[in-house]
Amino acid sequence: MFRVTTDPLSVQQVNDLVKRPTDGAVVSFDGIVRNNFDGRPVHYLEYEAYAAMAEKKLAEIGAEVQQKFAIGEIAMIHRIGRLDIGESSIVIAVAAPHRHAAFEACAYAMDRVKTEVPVWKKEFFADGADHWVNQN
Amino acid sequence: MQITVKLFALMREKAGTDTIPLDVPAGAAVTQALATLVCQYPMLEPYLANTRLSLHMDFVDPETTLAEGDELVLIPPVSGGA
Repeated sequence: MFRVTTDPLSVQQVNDLVKRPTDGAVVSFDGIVRNNFDGRPVHYLEYEAYAAMAEKKLAEIGAEVQQKFAIGEIAMIHRIGRLDIGESSIVIAVAAPHRHAAFEACAYAMDRVKTEVPVWKKEFFADGADHWVNQN
Repeated sequence: MQITVKLFALMREKAGTDTIPLDVPAGAAVTQALATLVCQYPMLEPYLANTRLSLHMDFVDPETTLAEGDELVLIPPVSGGA
């Protein structure tokens, strides 16, 4: 499953989407809203997406990862809207017969998300300022 | 012909809108549409160098030819994930 949603994410629910009886490993990545940007206190974040293209790109990355690594199913769900400190912004789960492929595939998938999926993060600082990450 | 430009994130805020209808010559390339766009919205010009372009939910080159009714989406540097 490859989705963009405003709903809170559950790692367990995403893990359950990819499990099969033939897989001995599920590796998941849980991206968390951090409380600072280079030490500057962050109050909360807002994520914006070009949702239709983001879901298409997530699916393309999923297919690419399945070609590249000996894995089974992969799921990636990105949350958008306002997120508070400690909440999950993205969950990626990869199932595989053996753990090494699952670890590598999960890391690779996240790296691809960082460059190819049209989602944007705006940080709202504790001092009242805000900025779009990477856009000035 | 008429196309639509879609904006997100900082460029959306700078332009004050997320949708800009644009008249371009038939057979125009994306680069021509962008030149027309910055005439009307000069505040977007500083960001175009770092902006990727999308048609039909795929990244495209600036030389790509546009068709009537196309939705040209400007994709600033992405910052998804954590």
